[in-house]
Amino acid sequence: MDLTTFLIQCLNALQYGLLLFLVASGLTLIFGIMGVINLAHGSFYMIGAYMAFALAAPVAATFGGGFFSVLAVGLVLAVMLGYVLEWAFYSYLYEREHLQQVLMTYGLILVFEEVRSLLVGDDVHGVAPPPLLAGTLPLGELMTYPVYRLFISGVCIALALGMYLVLTRTRLGMMIRAGSTNREMVQSLGIDIKFLYRVVFAAGVAIAVLAGMVAAPVSSVYPGMGNLVLIICFVVVVIGGIGSIRGALLAALLIGFVDTFGKVLLPSAAGVLVYVLMALILLWKPDGLFKAG
Amino acid sequence: MSNILLRGRGLTRRWGGLVAVSDVSLELERGTVHAVIGTNGAGKSTLINLISGEIPPSGGSVELLGQDITRWPQPRRARAGLGRSYQRNTIYPSFSVLENCRLAAQARFQRPWAFWQDAQACTDSVGAAREAAARAGLDELLDRSAGLLSHGQKRQLEIAMCLATAPQVLLLDEPLAGMGAEETERMLALLAELKARHAILLVEHDMDAVFRIADRITVMVNGAVIASDTPEAVRTNAEVQAAYLGGH
Amino acid sequence: MDRSKLAFVVAAFALLAAFPLVAGAYGIDLVTKIMIYAVFALSLELLVGSTGLVCFGHAAFLGIGAYAAVLLSPQDAAPSILWLLPACVAAAAAYALAVGALSLRTKGVYFIMVTLAFAQMAYYVVHDTPLGGGTDGIYLYIKPALLDKARPFYFFTLACLGGVFVLLALLLRSRFGRALAGIRVNEQRMRATGFSTYPYKLAAFTISGGLAGLAGFLFAVKDGYVNPELLSWHLSGAVLIMIILGGLGHLRGALIGAFAFALLQEFFKSEAVFGGFAKHWHLGLGLAIIACVALLPHGLVGVPGQIRARLVGRRTGVAR
Repeated sequence: MDLTTFLIQCLNALQYGLLLFLVASGLTLIFGIMGVINLAHGSFYMIGAYMAFALAAPVAATFGGGFFSVLAVGLVLAVMLGYVLEWAFYSYLYEREHLQQVLMTYGLILVFEEVRSLLVGDDVHGVAPPPLLAGTLPLGELMTYPVYRLFISGVCIALALGMYLVLTRTRLGMMIRAGSTNREMVQSLGIDIKFLYRVVFAAGVAIAVLAGMVAAPVSSVYPGMGNLVLIICFVVVVIGGIGSIRGALLAALLIGFVDTFGKVLLPSAAGVLVYVLMALILLWKPDGLFKAG
Repeated sequence: MSNILLRGRGLTRRWGGLVAVSDVSLELERGTVHAVIGTNGAGKSTLINLISGEIPPSGGSVELLGQDITRWPQPRRARAGLGRSYQRNTIYPSFSVLENCRLAAQARFQRPWAFWQDAQACTDSVGAAREAAARAGLDELLDRSAGLLSHGQKRQLEIAMCLATAPQVLLLDEPLAGMGAEETERMLALLAELKARHAILLVEHDMDAVFRIADRITVMVNGAVIASDTPEAVRTNAEVQAAYLGGH
Repeated sequence: MDRSKLAFVVAAFALLAAFPLVAGAYGIDLVTKIMIYAVFALSLELLVGSTGLVCFGHAAFLGIGAYAAVLLSPQDAAPSILWLLPACVAAAAAYALAVGALSLRTKGVYFIMVTLAFAQMAYYVVHDTPLGGGTDGIYLYIKPALLDKARPFYFFTLACLGGVFVLLALLLRSRFGRALAGIRVNEQRMRATGFSTYPYKLAAFTISGGLAGLAGFLFAVKDGYVNPELLSWHLSGAVLIMIILGGLGHLRGALIGAFAFALLQEFFKSEAVFGGFAKHWHLGLGLAIIACVALLPHGLVGVPGQIRARLVGRRTGVAR
C-alpha cells in the first residue's frame, strides 16, 4: 500500500470512527442520564438517512432549498419526534428492568421498520452530496479525497465539542449531569426533571438522526442500516468502558481503523474483525479501556 | 494455639485521591466483641469490605487463622470461616426462612454436579440451616416466607444466614439498624451468646449497645484510627470525646 | 412442583402426544416447529429466568447447532443421530463456553450488549464466509434415518422437549439450580456466603447454549436446510419474548410462551386476516410485543393470579 492510499484509508477510518462516536454518544447519553437502554437508537439513524432521501424533493419544491435545508428540516422533525416519543413511550421505561426496556425498544424497532416500509418502501437509495461539498481535494500527485467526507468528520467533531461544552459549561448541562446521579435532589431543587429528560432524549434522537442524514451520501440508504450501526455502537460502548466519553472516542476510532483497514487487507474477514477486537479487549480489560472518566 | 482469629495490619484503601481507610490495624480474638465506631464517612463500611474481601486493599494485609488471605477473593474467605452480615437486609425475600439458611449452608456442601438430587433433601445443608436458625431464635418461623418477616426478624435471619456458613469470625455491619428497644435487647442477647464461640467485629451506631457488649472499641475518624482500647478507656479519651461522642 | 402445575404440564404433553391423531400435515409441521421453539425457549429460561442473565444473542447457539448438523453430516449416507445430535449440542456448548467466559466478565446492560455482539460475530462468519454458504444457506444432504418422515420426527421432537423439560426441572431443584436462584436474587450475598459465582454462571451459560444447539439440530433436520437467519438477532429477540410472554421463572412459561408467540406470528402473517397488509406483519408483532411486556409483567403464567387478585379486590371492596 503506498503512502497516498494509506492516507486515504486513514481519513476514511477517521471519518467512520467519528461518525460512530457521534451515534454512540447519543446512545450513552440516554443510557447514562435516564438509565434506558434503547435498542431503537439505530432506527433513528436509519430514519435520518431515509429523511435525507425522502425530504430532498419536498424541500426543494416548497422553498427551493438544497441539502442544508433538508438537514435543518430533518433536525426540527427529529427533535419533535424525540419529544413526542419520550412523552408517549420512553418515559414509561425509566422505572423498568433492563430486560423489559430491551424488549419494548426491540418491538419499537419492528414498528419503525414497517412504518418506514409503508411510507418510503424498502429500496436502497443514494443521496447526492450538496454541490458545494461535492468536490475533491488533491492528495499527493495522483489521488484526490472527497470534500464531503471531510465535512462529515468536521460535523462530528463540531457536534461532539458542542455536546461537551453544553454538558460541562452550561447550567443546563449541570442540571443534566446532576439529574443522572441524583434524581430526587434535582427535583427538590425545583427543576422539572420530566422536562429535562425530555430535552435530553430529544437531543439524543436528534444526534442520531443528524448522523444518519449526514452519512447518507456516503453510506447509501438501505433498510438494515440502523441495526448494523446499533450493534457497532454497542461494541464501542463495551470497548470504551462504562460511562467514559474518552473511552467511547478511542473505541470508536479504534473500530474505525480496524474496520476500514480490515476491509482493505482482509476483505473476507472484515465483518468479524470488530468483534474479534472486542473479544481481545474483554480478555485484557473486562471493564473496557477506561472506567468512568 | 493463638486465640487471635483475624488480624488486619495497616489496611489502606484509596479511591483516586481520596483515602477512605488509612493504615488501620486490628485483631479479633475468639470470645470477644470488637466494635468499630465512627461518624458517617469514617470508613467503617470500607474497612469491613476490605476485611471480607469485597474490595481489594491499596495496602496492608489480612490474616485469618494464621493464613494470609489478602489476595483471596471473598468466596474463598467465606469458606475459610469469615462470615459477614450486611447493614441492609440481603435475605432472599421469596424463599422461606429455612431455605434462606439452607442456601447459605450449601456453600460448604456444594456438589453442583449432583443434578438429580433434590436440594431440599440434602441433610447436610438442611441440618446446618436448622441449627443456625435455632441459634438465631427463628426455629418457630422456618416455613415463613422471608419477605413477610418483621424487620427485627429479618435482621435475625441476616445473622442466621451468616451462622449457617459455620464461620469462626463474624463481621457484623450494623445488625441493630432500624430496631426498636425490644428487638435490640433480643439481638444483644444473641450476640452475647455468639461471643462465646466466635470472634465478632461489630460496626454499630447505637452507642449504648456498643458500650454494653463490646470488649474492645476502635474509633475511626476520616479513615484513620484515633483510639483502640477498652470501652472505659475510650469513653474517657479526650480525642474521642472531641471528635465523636461530644462533638455532634 | 406443586399439583396443579404438574397436572398442567402432564396434560400439555398428553395433548401434544395425541395431536397427530387429529392433525393434518400442516398442523403437524406447525406444532413440530413450535415444539422446537419451546426447546429453544426452555434453554433460555435457564439463563434468563433462573439465573437472571439477560442474553440477547441466544440464536447464535441455535444456529451453530443447526449448521453443525449440516456441516458434519456425510454427503453420501444418512448420519446417525447417536453421534450427530451430541456433536451439535457440543458445538453449540463450545461456542457458549467461549462467549460466556468473555461475556460474564461484564455486568448488566454491558452483558446484554456483549452477548448480542458475539451473536452478530457468529452471524457474520456464517453469512460472509464460504463456510456458511452465504445468504443462500446450505442443504442437509440426507436426513438421519427414522427422522426423515414428519410423524416420527414429531414424536422425536416431543421426546426431546420432554427430556429437556425433565432435565431442567431436576437441575433447578438441585443444589446447582438453587445456587443459580440465589445468584439471580443477590449475587453479592452468594459470594459473601462462600459461592464462587463465576463458574456457576458459566456452567449455566454453557448448558443453556448446548440445549439451544439441540433446538438448532432439530430445525436443521426438520427443514433439511439452514441459513444465516437462524443466527439473526430477530430470532434472539423472538425467544426472549417467548419466555417473557409465557412468564419468567417458570419452566411451563417457556412452553406457553413458545406456543403463544408462534400463534401470534402466524396470526399477523395470515393473509386471511390482514389481506395484503400481511407482509407488514412485523408491525403488528412489534406492537403486540410492546403491549405484552407493558401489560403482562408476569407473562401469561401470571394471568390467573392477576385475575384472582382483581376479583378478590372487587369482592372485598378493597381499593386497588
